[in-house]
Amino acid sequence: VILVGELSLWVALLVAAWATITSFAGGALRRTDLVASGERAIYATWAFVVLASAGLWTALITHDFSLRYVASFTSANLPFVYTLTAFWAGQAGSMLFWCLILSTYTAIAVFTNRHQNRVLMPYVAGTLGAITLFFLATMCFGQSPFERLDWIPADGRGLNPQLQNPGMAIHPPNLYLGYVATAVPFAFAIAALITRRLDGEWLAAVRRWSLVSWFFLTVGITLGMWWAYVELGWGGYWAWDPVENASLLPWLTGTAFLHSIMIQEKRGMLRKWNVTLVVTTFLLAILGTFITRSGVISSVHSFAQSPVGNWFAALLGICVAVTAYLVATRLKDLEANAELESMVSREAAFLYNNLLLVGIAFSVLWGTLFPILSEAVRGSKITVGPPFFNAVNVPLGLLLLGLTGVGPLIAWRRASVANLQRQFAVPVFGGVATLALLLASGMRQPSAVAAYALAGFVATTILQEFYKGIGARRRMHGESIPIAFVRLVARNRRRYGGYIVHAGVVILFCAFAGLAFKRENDVTLKAGESFQTTDPYGHQWRFVSEGLSVDTKLNRRIIAIGLKPTRDGKPMPLIESEKRQYFDSQNQDTFEPATVVGIQEGLRQDVYVVLAGVVNDDTAEVRITFNPLVWWVWYGGMIMAIGGLIVMWPQAGRRKESGYAAVMETAGVR
Amino acid sequence: MNARVKFLIGGAVILGGAGLLMANAIKQTGEYYLTPQELETKVTADPSFAGTGVKVGARVVTGSIVRAPSGREVSFRVTDGAQTIPVVYRGIAPDTFTDGVDVVVEGRLAADGTFHATTLLAKCASRYENAPEKYRATPGYKEAAKT
Repeated sequence: VILVGELSLWVALLVAAWATITSFAGGALRRTDLVASGERAIYATWAFVVLASAGLWTALITHDFSLRYVASFTSANLPFVYTLTAFWAGQAGSMLFWCLILSTYTAIAVFTNRHQNRVLMPYVAGTLGAITLFFLATMCFGQSPFERLDWIPADGRGLNPQLQNPGMAIHPPNLYLGYVATAVPFAFAIAALITRRLDGEWLAAVRRWSLVSWFFLTVGITLGMWWAYVELGWGGYWAWDPVENASLLPWLTGTAFLHSIMIQEKRGMLRKWNVTLVVTTFLLAILGTFITRSGVISSVHSFAQSPVGNWFAALLGICVAVTAYLVATRLKDLEANAELESMVSREAAFLYNNLLLVGIAFSVLWGTLFPILSEAVRGSKITVGPPFFNAVNVPLGLLLLGLTGVGPLIAWRRASVANLQRQFAVPVFGGVATLALLLASGMRQPSAVAAYALAGFVATTILQEFYKGIGARRRMHGESIPIAFVRLVARNRRRYGGYIVHAGVVILFCAFAGLAFKRENDVTLKAGESFQTTDPYGHQWRFVSEGLSVDTKLNRRIIAIGLKPTRDGKPMPLIESEKRQYFDSQNQDTFEPATVVGIQEGLRQDVYVVLAGVVNDDTAEVRITFNPLVWWVWYGGMIMAIGGLIVMWPQAGRRKESGYAAVMETAGVR
Repeated sequence: MNARVKFLIGGAVILGGAGLLMANAIKQTGEYYLTPQELETKVTADPSFAGTGVKVGARVVTGSIVRAPSGREVSFRVTDGAQTIPVVYRGIAPDTFTDGVDVVVEGRLAADGTFHATTLLAKCASRYENAPEKYRATPGYKEAAKT
């Protein structure tokens, strides 16, 4: 099966090349037989990539250590689940995984569009085929997951213990699913540009796929933060590391696109901008893979440097050139159908939302690439760290949070005074009341106060919308509140799903602002000794050390410390933190020691304990951190994802679109 | 003034503000990322440079790590092959910090030529990618038949 997998890779390469050529040729020459052949080749590519993946999985499960990849990332004593997830633990496997997802998406896109979008599809299939071809080529000519060693080790090196975590088993696939899904809108954009059909049908298709990508990126980023927090033991969840930034960038531009596309749907504006955003999102996804894979930017994530970096640089260059050419030659077709009428309108709010999201994306990109840029321009590497990202993104983020409340309520075209009063009187009161309450309670950190006051405003707008909607249903249908709520959301998925996403955003911002109140203590404790401190809420804590204990398990040696905490004199559950040294089946130490963090989770704060070191066998170096509101980061992210799911869930027998889209439809443009 | 112009002015204000924030933040928090050799060159050229906060990326000299009994301080030497400098770090060293790993230290060079680090990041090339070569010497491993 392994040999079959390896061969499948080469067959897939040939078939993908065939798919690309016939699809483009079929589209250009309007030959339906070529188009049909191209689509069959797309399905065939998918089948062969699946075979290749099955081959790698078989090799992993059967512990065939003659493969370099298997020997590098697994060992005989690795738990079964992680044997499966080792598929994407390294470079070559990740590429195959990209390929697997991409060819699956391509097959789905081709299948679901077999009766529609017929003019666009040859080019969509061709573009996606070309991207698949690229990834197959990196494996066939660059680094193959099926590379054999000229000797057979009795055991492999094993998987890094930090990757042996359930979060790490599902975080990378989600990110990849998100990254790769940006390729489909990109392909549709290219197809639409080539055929000069930039309305109606491409909008619908692109929006759906962008939502898919946005959903998986949201889940992936949230899981990534959670993993960093519980596994890495530095006390935070976001360090503005290049690899983290790389995942945020396409999310930001994707979010911008999902908003600006509404303006094109309703008013026919922003067509150039939307095409640009779709393409940018894809390029940033590729750039993200390039950054994480090439080693051009030093990151603590420190993936191996590899020649595949150059491949990605080439791909980026080609994509930029092709799109720039297509957009430049089709500017006339991208003219807007309407003008901005007023600054006090939903269009304007959305435009500012886009400006902020893209501004944030740009600053993150700038900060990430700054070491390279400064070296190229001034000859010396200058790095920027979290202070840079916070200084820039806190103000921009707060403005964006404010717009989250304004955008959905303000009228299209031109808002009247009556509209403003009706929609914003209560929310503004909500915001001001929150502000007054915070100041009265003695909170003084400017950005935290601003964040909570704005959150109060936005939360009130969302509650007001649900209150109005539920009230209307109750009057009209006499439903109970829960039923009215469910039906309200189910009948208007885009609108109320969007509000749920916004509620998640509000929760996230509140959680981020909690960081301003974080308290960190470094303590040295022998058995029986204790440490006393005050948490951000003013409670008195006392931690008594239970001393160090040593243990050996299946594949690891453990040193653990137990701390018995009391809060205001009341005993709390024991918190334990461990240092683990993993070893292989030959009893050799593998990897550096890993830390297991002791976390006592709570709605108000986490108590986060890390055993940082042991001195003289009896004295523990411990870091005790109070992390306010961290719990809400995970749940804010999950609420956003659920909102996204509601928005993209297909609605049977949905109402006709209103506004610009309806006009286009009745005019027979579709 | 029509709405388009007003919007563009508003946009320019936001982007300009963001640009200023970025430039300012880079000026205040941007740090040189140097190798020991480059640091030496800079300090020789301009002795006042010694007090500037910088990041130095280099490899820990094997056998040079000395941990203070308190566990809170560790001193070691780093090298880029051309230049070696002694480093003192106050704080808790990360798990990955051992002999021969690549580290990034952040801090400043003191007058006596010792680098006082306030942060210590250790990268290990083998952190996520691991070469099986080290097992070649282990008993129990069989060479595959060369074909």
